[in-house]
Amino acid sequence: MIAVQDRASVVCHDSRPMVPVTATIVDIQEESSNTRTYMLQIDDPAMRSAYRFEPGQFNMVYVFGVGEAAISISSDPAHNEYLAHTIRHVGSVTRAIARMKVGDKLGLRGPFGHGWPISRCSGRDILMVAGGIGLAPIRPLIYAILANRGQFGRVVLMYGGRSPSDLLYQKELAAWRDDGQMDLLVSVDYSIAQWDGPVGVVTDLIKRLRIRPDRTSVMVCGPRMMNRHVTWQLLRLRVAPDQLFISLERNMRCGVGRCGHCQYGPKFVCKDGPVFSYESIREVFGKEEI
Amino acid sequence: MDKLPLHIVRRPELDRVFGLLRDNAYTLIGPTRRDGVIQYSEIRSLADLPIGYSDRQAPGSYELVKSETPRCFGFVHGADSWKRFLFPPKRRVFGASRQAGPKTPFDIDDLRSPPPAYAFVGVRACEIAAIGILDKVIGSELLDPFYRQARDKMFVLAVNCIEPGGTCFCVSMNTGPRVTRSFDLCLTELGEEFGVEVGSERGAALFKQLTSRPATAAEKELFRLLLERASERMGRHLETEGLPELLRKSIESPRWQTIASRCLACGNCTMVCPTCFCYNVVDSTDLKCRKAERWRYWDSCFTLEFSYLGATSVRYEISSRYRQWMTHKLAWWHDQFGTSGCVGCGRCITWCPVGIDITAEAAGFRETAPPRAVPLTPQQQAMPS
Amino acid sequence: MNIPGPLSQKPRLAVYKFSSCDGCQLQILELEDELLELAGEIEIAYFLEARRQALPGPYDIGLVEGSISTPAEERLIRQARKDCKVLVSIGACATAGGIQALRNWADIDAYKKRIYPRPEWIATLDVASPIAGYVYIDFELRGCPVNKRQLVEVLSALLAQRRPHLPTYSLCIECKRAGIPCVMVARKTPCLGPITQAGCGALCPKFNRGCYGCFGPAETPNIAALGRFFQEERNVSRPAMVRMLRSFNGYLEPFKTSSDDYEQCIQP
Repeated sequence: MIAVQDRASVVCHDSRPMVPVTATIVDIQEESSNTRTYMLQIDDPAMRSAYRFEPGQFNMVYVFGVGEAAISISSDPAHNEYLAHTIRHVGSVTRAIARMKVGDKLGLRGPFGHGWPISRCSGRDILMVAGGIGLAPIRPLIYAILANRGQFGRVVLMYGGRSPSDLLYQKELAAWRDDGQMDLLVSVDYSIAQWDGPVGVVTDLIKRLRIRPDRTSVMVCGPRMMNRHVTWQLLRLRVAPDQLFISLERNMRCGVGRCGHCQYGPKFVCKDGPVFSYESIREVFGKEEI
Repeated sequence: MDKLPLHIVRRPELDRVFGLLRDNAYTLIGPTRRDGVIQYSEIRSLADLPIGYSDRQAPGSYELVKSETPRCFGFVHGADSWKRFLFPPKRRVFGASRQAGPKTPFDIDDLRSPPPAYAFVGVRACEIAAIGILDKVIGSELLDPFYRQARDKMFVLAVNCIEPGGTCFCVSMNTGPRVTRSFDLCLTELGEEFGVEVGSERGAALFKQLTSRPATAAEKELFRLLLERASERMGRHLETEGLPELLRKSIESPRWQTIASRCLACGNCTMVCPTCFCYNVVDSTDLKCRKAERWRYWDSCFTLEFSYLGATSVRYEISSRYRQWMTHKLAWWHDQFGTSGCVGCGRCITWCPVGIDITAEAAGFRETAPPRAVPLTPQQQAMPS
Repeated sequence: MNIPGPLSQKPRLAVYKFSSCDGCQLQILELEDELLELAGEIEIAYFLEARRQALPGPYDIGLVEGSISTPAEERLIRQARKDCKVLVSIGACATAGGIQALRNWADIDAYKKRIYPRPEWIATLDVASPIAGYVYIDFELRGCPVNKRQLVEVLSALLAQRRPHLPTYSLCIECKRAGIPCVMVARKTPCLGPITQAGCGALCPKFNRGCYGCFGPAETPNIAALGRFFQEERNVSRPAMVRMLRSFNGYLEPFKTSSDDYEQCIQP
């Protein structure tokens, strides 16, 4: 498993995991009306070059005096010069980030958690299912898979968004579609005239796909209800419970399993996850108010 | 541990212990009588102890009463635990400062005052077990340097419980009443004298300076009998056999709603629990927006903010919040830290304002057979078998 | 609650007073350590309790004390909403109607006749209401009076364009953090702490008294459970339950409905 095994290996701050280091916003990409991608550069050159992350891991992004938000890292794990964070401006911290400009300073702690277990998926088909901003933690996985494309069988990305203008990384989606290294299925809940793709929920896309359940590993990240329905649908198609991986979202304060907020049954989402195999969380998955 | 030799010291020797500890720069914290309850606070001498008082504890009820025998430690404990000193309820995490607006760099300091060397006086077996659990949860230097340092420096002057309280169930949790580990010196009140066991080199070095004599055969027998009697007089019992599995199977039990009809979701149980470790962080700025701080506060899984996600809370219903607390404490804690999260001290029972009893509630789940394994979702039911 | 947009370079503050005792305004004046710094960061443009000179609006921040009890107050609060970018109601009168809202359960005309020789000269509204009953409020500071720390927090937060940290959980959490033994358990004193919002620093329990609930209902108050316990275990009568709930925040839900239920002998 590629994932970071021990919290002591958190690179940013080996000795101070609770204290942010400063980083600078070097670029801002508009993604949709309420979502932008921020390229951050860690100010300290030594920390910057020592920083390593796995696809699916996250950082705690700190805004001076406002607070922190857990944001998954959405750039290519092969490059640590700049770290991309795709942020939807919905909470008090993320709205404060919305007011920031290139050159502004943020704090950063991380990387935290266990990411997508791609090393366990070598030789297998990969199905990635993303909903909304859930594509952000999957993008580094795509980069990692494409960098070692020969190690995997068929690779499929299913991506559902609310409307065509809400889709993230549109240029890259087009590039991925064009280069033919993976199958790309994109649908939207609400359509507009220019949209010629499928309309509906992402679970409908699965119905159109013939997967080989015994050799497919699935990576799911989306809203709670999407995660639930996709998981149940794929279990019905006989995908193995230990080959179905879901990235969960939870209230987080520390990132290291200390503050207790992100508990999900027996798991700490921040340190045991955020990516879990269905097998490991079946006890509580889908239960109300867990 | 039964092999530990029992020594006898006279009561005034305790003052010498306190003096020696103070000479070694320890801050003495022990039981005192304040606001009608036992509270752990700074003490200097024997006279600061609540001599001659004992506590009467029942669900939602605590009373200190004058007892016939003027014992030094004739009570169990108050609402507070040593958690308050090792993991303080409020602590600065870091500060940040900047010269001007958001483009200017900011400096982050994590200036932290080191903890004092505490000598805890009158630590009970259940409380030693609780500190053992906190060690597993927050014991690493990385997660909480303050805790680690306080923990490494602390001197434990333990006391064996010979009179358990009305809400005690340490025997059920296998944590007491006898102190068997992680102490420096352990006292047992044998009439006007103390039986003393030495549990560490630090304890031995201090003990050497006291006037003592070996216990007689009769005193050893009295010691054994007192602790045996204490084990038999627990105010509460919690059947732990199969308990984690029982609670896991009861996640969707309607009993949680029954408890929630009485639960105030006030969070008292989590605050007084010696092992509840959750905290929240609060960020703030000064009026000039030049200085920012982050503070850490004890938090409770009974608040809505605790599970806040997006626009609402994951655990909105009080039943879900009580379920989280109890199932975490008695079941999931085993997965996380290889132990129960409960030490049987009974504080959550005594200090629940409406007297909800975790032992009774847990037993209730045994009465009602858990509902059929787990109701399948429609999708799962549709799965061909 | 949204975080309001950017304020002026030196934001202008207005402090309004409606039906109230002025105690919350005094809390502002009692910010001894911060008052000078505050005056440096914001222009105190309208604050009759502190300054005779009243500068005209618009203002950035309006702090509103008191409940709306007269037609004149109703007109003024609507104007205040127009004049202020951010409106913050401060204190139980402004957030709940306050003590004077107890008259909402009484016959106001009978009151007028008993007190005033010419009751027809007295113009009042039918009920004394919280500010939020008339205009949109950006933030609320509970309490009778408000807590000084919370005042500083909300002003600092507005200046920094961040969400103020105003906990909504029970007073018990604040009380236990402070190391105060529970007065319900140790003294058998009925205490509204478990259903009351934190923020005061557990002032009453600190002095061995039960909480009066002046910070109003906590986020999900289980009034029914506490009321049942008071009646069954602490000999609190139904009328006493009504009186406990109907004080500073009696006109604020869910205290209001629960007090009505107890009055009508319905177990809430």
